Amino acid sequence: MTSDKAKDYWNRNLRLVLGCLAVWFAVSFLFGILLVDALNTIQIGGYKLGFWFAQQGSIYTFVALVFFYASKMNKLDREFDVHED
Amino acid sequence: MELQTLTYIVVGLSFALYMGIAVWARASTTSEFYVAGKGIHPVANGMATAADWMSAASFISMAGLIAFKGYDASVYLMGWTGGYVLLAMLLAPYLRKYGKFTVPEFIGDRFYSRTARIVAVVCLIVASLTYVIGQMKGIGVAFSRFLEVPFEAGLFAGMAIVFFYAVLGGMKGVTYTQIAQYVVLIFAYTVPAVFISLQLTGNPIPQLGLGSTMADGSGVYLLDKLDLVLGDLGFAAYTEQKGGTLNMILLTLSLMIGTAGLPHVIMRFFTVPKVRDARSSAGWALVFIAILYTTAPAVGAMARLNLMNTIQTGPVAAADANLAYADKPQWFTNWEKTGLLKYEDKNGDGKIQYYNDKNKSFADTADKAGWKGNEMVKVDRDIMVLANPEIAKLPNWVIALVAAGGIAAALSTAAGLLLAIASSISHDLMKGTFKPEISEKQELMYSRVAMAGAVLVAGYFGLNPPGFAAQVVALAFGLAASSLFPALMMGIFVKRINNKGAVAGMLAGLGSTLIYIFIYKGFLFIPGTAMAADNPSGWLMGISPGAFGAVGALINFVVAYAVSSQTEEPPEHIQHMVEDIRIPSGSGSASDH
Repeated sequence: MTSDKAKDYWNRNLRLVLGCLAVWFAVSFLFGILLVDALNTIQIGGYKLGFWFAQQGSIYTFVALVFFYASKMNKLDREFDVHED
Repeated sequence: MELQTLTYIVVGLSFALYMGIAVWARASTTSEFYVAGKGIHPVANGMATAADWMSAASFISMAGLIAFKGYDASVYLMGWTGGYVLLAMLLAPYLRKYGKFTVPEFIGDRFYSRTARIVAVVCLIVASLTYVIGQMKGIGVAFSRFLEVPFEAGLFAGMAIVFFYAVLGGMKGVTYTQIAQYVVLIFAYTVPAVFISLQLTGNPIPQLGLGSTMADGSGVYLLDKLDLVLGDLGFAAYTEQKGGTLNMILLTLSLMIGTAGLPHVIMRFFTVPKVRDARSSAGWALVFIAILYTTAPAVGAMARLNLMNTIQTGPVAAADANLAYADKPQWFTNWEKTGLLKYEDKNGDGKIQYYNDKNKSFADTADKAGWKGNEMVKVDRDIMVLANPEIAKLPNWVIALVAAGGIAAALSTAAGLLLAIASSISHDLMKGTFKPEISEKQELMYSRVAMAGAVLVAGYFGLNPPGFAAQVVALAFGLAASSLFPALMMGIFVKRINNKGAVAGMLAGLGSTLIYIFIYKGFLFIPGTAMAADNPSGWLMGISPGAFGAVGALINFVVAYAVSSQTEEPPEHIQHMVEDIRIPSGSGSASDH
């Protein structure tokens, strides 16, 4: 693989990681801690929304994020022909 | 059937299962001992990682902390799951591509330095040992209840079993056993939660039950009811924040990066066949972990509500609204035997008053009712999960199952940690650095001796732990976060970091975090040697010792970057190596050379 192509692959990977980490930060630190009081004014069933993000929602989002990243990266690997087998 | 007999049978059966698997899959070569060959499917690996990961802290301790801290304990929930996002995106695939056995081996090669490898071994041992101490506390609690003996005796029994179990297996045995342990522990955790959720809310799914109305027909939401019950007794509201925001953020961050930097978890990703599998394996591990972690908040809240209602049976300050000590349930007596639950009749009325006697605005109400202080003088948080099914009056087989699950959780993690410690000593220190000429057989012997040493040290500290199991474990994460994670991440993402920068960074990160912990927890956790009060007003800017790992990590990053930029660039072949690990194709299996 040429070094330009390798650089391009790496930059696309970094952009994807940064995007995912932005969501990671938002659901935990932002919704679960920093904005918890504001979100707690919204009630979903018996859950206050901020409390829900801190104890439930953030975890569901993390699971989805990891699989999203894995599938995006598998596509990227094929696009740049760096996949295994 | 008698509860004690039933518990022996269930725990005995689960043990027979693990031992059987361990013998069947006995490791015969060093490579099998460390990484279990390469034939482990991502889903199976994810399940084993989940068992490895979810320890006594997750199973026994966490829901108890949630029960007593409410919203503030969210840091453990977010921290211990969010770390997998970092692991999957920043470390696992690249370390798998590199394909070595141990974390110090990667650090030693990437920073072309024996010193870096030895420093990494030290960081690994400090973090892992602290973690095993936390496990030992949990194991002591589980065994003391199970055998109905004092905490110390339970701890010794647990130590012996952990040792035999880890020494016999090695990674291959451990991987298959851990899959069995995951099944036992997740079953043991969710079954009582489903029962209790049904009892309290009529909804069988605990994650939904926690957000539902009470089944008593009052139409009040469970969480609102809990806030109310606690408020009536002078306790802070369950869903409200009590600690400082900065501390919450740093603790969550420490737990996250500590998760991604813990060697026994990273090691698991060396065992999957492909780079692609390392990514999805982290996802599967998180799925299996999330099943327990989203159930835990329900377990915590419902256990607290049941506990309060058992003791305070009617309106506060009304006559006959407090449980009489003579009428105490069997679980109360059993836990008193372990010394982890203590009652003291301060006002001599023969009844139990459990309230917040530190709340000044509640003092009047308590005075008028003739209460002379909180009489539940000790309720160890770590007993909540094990006591929970008994408090809720569930059938005996469920209680026996929970005991088996707690023991499975503690054993699987302790075994994984001991393996990480043993491999770093035998493989990185002995074979890799000081005695390269030793045979495979001798290397295995060194690792078994190292395991025995680690069990003894951890057991010694476990007798006098610096906190509840989950809190001790949090310290271990801070140590891993401040030392190993930054070195690994910079090794992959920043080509410019050289040997001097990495070593200086690791030492600065680990050193500053250790010092901060020792100032508040005592030198080597020895009681009485602490130099400052271990409470929010004593902490620097309100940062707890467990939360300092994130600051230590920042120090590590800054020092490594500064030192590297002032010294020479890493050699050409190292830069090529970094470029190579960033691309999945061409990965072989994990190897020695």
